[in-house]
Amino acid sequence: MSSSHPITPISTYLITWISLFILTGFTVYVASQDFGAMNTPVALTVAVIKATLVVWFFMGLRYNTPLIKVTAVAGFLWLMIMFGITMSDYISRPWLGVPGR
Amino acid sequence: MAKPSTPLRPGLDEKTLAHSHAASMGAPAHALHSAHDENPNLQHHFFSMDQQLEASILGMWVFLVTEVMFFGGLFMAYIVYRTMYPTAWVESSHELNVILGGINTGVLIVSSFTMAMAVRSAQTGSRNGQIFNLIGTMILGSTFLVIKYFEYAAKFTHHLVPGPHFQAPAGMEAIGNQMQIFFALYFIMTGIHAAHMVIGIVLMAVILVMAWRGKFGPHYYTPVEVGGLYWHFVDIVWIFLFPLLYLLGFHGGPGA
Repeated sequence: MSSSHPITPISTYLITWISLFILTGFTVYVASQDFGAMNTPVALTVAVIKATLVVWFFMGLRYNTPLIKVTAVAGFLWLMIMFGITMSDYISRPWLGVPGR
Repeated sequence: MAKPSTPLRPGLDEKTLAHSHAASMGAPAHALHSAHDENPNLQHHFFSMDQQLEASILGMWVFLVTEVMFFGGLFMAYIVYRTMYPTAWVESSHELNVILGGINTGVLIVSSFTMAMAVRSAQTGSRNGQIFNLIGTMILGSTFLVIKYFEYAAKFTHHLVPGPHFQAPAGMEAIGNQMQIFFALYFIMTGIHAAHMVIGIVLMAVILVMAWRGKFGPHYYTPVEVGGLYWHFVDIVWIFLFPLLYLLGFHGGPGA
């Protein structure tokens, strides 16, 4: 219903679309440069910004109720917990100089 | 599918149901009746179109969260093996076609735009806008899959598909097995993503038929909205796959 979901102006969608294009070009350009250890963090930062633009404007999360916002954020939060705990295991294994690590 | 033709239980028709709901929730019964009378798309178990739309969007988001975790497991495998075999990851990434992957990224972004415009057309009651944008979304989705086909075909030609016919590129024989793990993940992740694209195109076809029949307007566009959420999610998965698979080895050099 229009009361809970205001109609987004076309210009907003256009700006989102062009921003995504620019960010894609940016991430390809940045990837052609070598920042050493910062390569992946830079690429992922751009990807997260692009994903946020899609979620916030294209998917219209900004118009949704707090319950839906929390649900959406919870998915990515649990993903980060999975990555964090799993990698804390894999990264710390070589720290122990014992067999069978 | 608007209203059940038979009462749920003997002596309990939907008006009685609405009454009992209204009594328990403290909402005025007449408001409920008028909401159901006004819009035949309002299912009997919802109070209002607003509530129905919110419930549908919430349900889709819960499904998308399970999808995040589903793809998340594959990204987890990617991260673990990448930390184990960084050189093989960079060298394998070199073999992917950045130009085709980049074009596909652009194609998906445009399709997300047409999808958002299809939802907007439904909100403004433009039947032509819905049809134009839904067909556009389907064409762009198919374009993505065609480009993907040519990428896959090149991998088969170059013997980069994991298995008995895998041949490591010249000079990479020592890390051939590690590179097979990369390509196994590449085919699984992009393959499952492509499967989601196919499902999305089928969904768009169903929604297109409904739009063609003039089912959607400012007061009811839930299927377009929810289908759009799915389509945008598949776009987001690709937004992460593109840099992680294609751009990783773009600048060149092992250990980078």
